Amino acid sequence: MILSSNNISSHSKTDLHVLWSLQVFAVVAGSLLVLVIGFILRESWPALSRLGLTRLFTDPGWFPTEHSYQLTPIIGGTMLAACGSILLAAPLGILSALFCHFYAPPLLGKWYRHMIELLAGIPSVVFGFWGLVVLVPLVASWHPPGPSLLAGILILTLMILPTIMLITHSSIAQVPSAYIHSATALGLSRWAVIWHIVLPVSRIGMLTGVFLGLARALGETMAILMVCGNVVQLPSHLFDPIRTLTANIALEMAYALGHHRSVLFMSGLVLMGLVLCFVSVAEALRHKANHAIAK
Amino acid sequence: MDDTQSTSELRPTQEKAPGFQSWRPYQSAQQCCEPSTHFQAENLSIVYRKHLALQNVNLEINKGCITALVGPSGCGKTSFLMSINRLTDLILGCQVSGRLLINETDIMAPFTDLLHLRRQVGMIFQKPTVFPFSIRKNLEIPLREHGMCDHATLASSIETSLQQVGLWDEVKDRLNQPAQGLSGGQQQRLCLARAMVLSPEILLLDEPCSALDPISSGIVEDLIVSLRGRYTVIIVTHNLAQARRIADYVALFWAVDGIGQLIEHGPAHTIFQSPQHELTSAYISGTRG
Amino acid sequence: MLSPSNTIGETGATLMVWTAVTLIATPFLWLSGDLLWYGWHQLSINFVVSVPQNAGREGGIGPILVSTGLIMTVCMAVAMPIGLGTALFLSEYTQNDQVSGRLIRGSLDVLAGVPSIVFGLFGNAFFCQLLGLGFSILSGGLTLACMVLPILIRTVEESFRAIAQDQRLSAAALGISQRATIQHILLPAAIPGVLVGCILGLGRAMAETAALIFTSGYVDRMPTSLMDSGRALSIHIYDLAMNVAGGNSNAYTTALVLIGLLLIINLSASWITKKWTTLNQLPS
Ligand SMILES: Nc1ncnc2c1ncn2[C@@H]1O[C@H](COP(=O)(O)OP(=O)(O)OP(=O)(O)O)[C@@H](O)[C@H]1O
Ligand SMILES: [Mg+2]
Repeated sequence: MILSSNNISSHSKTDLHVLWSLQVFAVVAGSLLVLVIGFILRESWPALSRLGLTRLFTDPGWFPTEHSYQLTPIIGGTMLAACGSILLAAPLGILSALFCHFYAPPLLGKWYRHMIELLAGIPSVVFGFWGLVVLVPLVASWHPPGPSLLAGILILTLMILPTIMLITHSSIAQVPSAYIHSATALGLSRWAVIWHIVLPVSRIGMLTGVFLGLARALGETMAILMVCGNVVQLPSHLFDPIRTLTANIALEMAYALGHHRSVLFMSGLVLMGLVLCFVSVAEALRHKANHAIAK
Repeated sequence: MDDTQSTSELRPTQEKAPGFQSWRPYQSAQQCCEPSTHFQAENLSIVYRKHLALQNVNLEINKGCITALVGPSGCGKTSFLMSINRLTDLILGCQVSGRLLINETDIMAPFTDLLHLRRQVGMIFQKPTVFPFSIRKNLEIPLREHGMCDHATLASSIETSLQQVGLWDEVKDRLNQPAQGLSGGQQQRLCLARAMVLSPEILLLDEPCSALDPISSGIVEDLIVSLRGRYTVIIVTHNLAQARRIADYVALFWAVDGIGQLIEHGPAHTIFQSPQHELTSAYISGTRG
Repeated sequence: MLSPSNTIGETGATLMVWTAVTLIATPFLWLSGDLLWYGWHQLSINFVVSVPQNAGREGGIGPILVSTGLIMTVCMAVAMPIGLGTALFLSEYTQNDQVSGRLIRGSLDVLAGVPSIVFGLFGNAFFCQLLGLGFSILSGGLTLACMVLPILIRTVEESFRAIAQDQRLSAAALGISQRATIQHILLPAAIPGVLVGCILGLGRAMAETAALIFTSGYVDRMPTSLMDSGRALSIHIYDLAMNVAGGNSNAYTTALVLIGLLLIINLSASWITKKWTTLNQLPS
């Protein structure tokens, strides 16, 4: 930090040039967000101004060719998939973080963590492909048709679990060992130490992980596109196919024109709004956690 | 406040020193201290955000002499040194007011060439701060940046400066090895060499021996003494015995109500034998501070 | 009187933890086993260099690798200078509480959270249509560059901030200019961090599909220029799996290649980090 700016009085011309060019880069990088939001807005403007937001909920259904753009089932499907996967991934992720810290023999714990890191590195298209080839037939053999909300939830669980597990893992690592030692010295059992000390102390970190996981689940495209069946409907049970906002965009962008295209951009805007909400909650939590540690 | 006045008695009556480059070579301790002002602070105050760290310092420092700054912790000695080469500019929220004259040029003027100023005023920090490169590169970077590109000259300057600090024999076979591999004392001497390789006129030493063992500290101290006459040295030290051994002049800083002030300034023997201010006598006799 | 410790609860908890771990490890091992099992036997030099035939059911992935390489090159060539410059600006010229720094950092943080499909939409509207680049490698690379910038800047900035302030002060005390301080002292010290940032960004770009579908396109011919449409590895997998009946075996092999590349990328990042931290712990 700090080659402070009032130091510019060093006459060196090159220093000024360096500062200017760095400033240009920084302005470019900083204005990127505005550019992205601006363009999504610009493209969705026709739909926003002519159709308005209400038509997304009041139209008879999603029939772009007949200018009927109801997004309710799609938004519903997105929410169901995301919430379902978080319900599975949160406990699994937290339990695996606990496993690494308290249950696993040291070497196994390390290997397990590496495995989770590898899992985090697998591209979503590969998850989708595997889901399509292995998971979907499996679900189908249990209850046809196969491509379904359930398959989507399972794949998403695998994908967001590393986020939750790794963040929880590091927030557990920050629990002062003195707490754990003194709790153990009081004769508390392992699970009692976890339940009464570790989990409460690291709860903010865990929540951060859950919200980031939720954001990731909402924004996920490829995997869900490949395993969910992409039928526009509100599912009545777990084995019904669904379509999510992201899948809808990916499927229809290629040929969408006019209002249809504009509505797709608008759904992108809605998606971005949702995701950014969760991300900012997570950021606020992280901030709070850092604050608590600083104290 | 009366005591800051006493410094005015030291103000030389003779003509001031001429240009930068014309200092006379070292002859003897006595002669070097023939008062010709090299550096002068007038009404210097330093503020960190809201906190006044140093107030109204008036101090003159003579060419070719070793001036020791002493005083308890937190009285603004480091801040004073940093203002001399305007490193205070780099500290967030730090403001310096007053005048600082080097050879009568005000270095606080808005268009001062800072690179030139810092070349002219070398500085060593309390903790050795070598760059994480080879020993040679540590010395080469400043030289190259100040326009010396010729390989032969570079090599000879490096050798001379390392010899000056007595490091040459210890490191001549490992010039290309990382400087962090040196011991603390060697690192500090490397920093000194790095500052001296630019042949500055003024050397600011901020507790150069505080992180060193007695032997290395002795080596560095001898080195500083050998600089007398060639460089104007301003050294901060907590070690009064060291100040007594090496300093020509001593300036005592003190934090009065949390605000740093110059209490007394004068020739070393006067300060140590007949201090004017009661704080000074208390400090050097060890009853205060 | 205290009751004896609750051994049933304890056992239950242990059981629960181990069950969870098994539940997670199984699909992971299954997935990687599947990829290796079905992908490995087809993997050969020939597969890597030859052109896809019969919509990708047969043949290899030569042109697709080339397209991927070109997209990554464009992406990094754009993202690296901007990222490095911004990171330097943020770490050297702004303080944490300064408005400009806060704005830029905040907007990058938000950008990092934007889902990749939205980047795809943006790239399609901005690069393909407004700038008239069409479905091309250039559009795809530029879109990915926008996407990886936040992670790149964050990593690089952190590595600059990790350099001790003493170094900057002593450089300044030697009268070394800011340009030279950056060039000779900060950059060399931060190079590993810069590399790691770039590698992480590259990994993120390589794994990306959704942002590329409607920016770089589907064409699986060998690209002749940056304005050609080119198919990335991830899109190839998607296409084989979804649109080509009987493309599974080639999809497996392509997935194996993609994961192999990503693994190399991530391993080299962690190798550099490790090397760097051990170097920094040099005796001093
Ligand atoms: N970067 C800074 N920000 C805010 N206040 C500072 C800063 N540096 C120094 N100060 C304050 O200025 C005063 C003088 O500090 P300075 O470092 O100059 O003291 P010092 O005499 O060198 O002490 P020591 O002998 O311990 O090195 C102290 O009260 C200190 O708290
Ligand atoms: Mg100090």
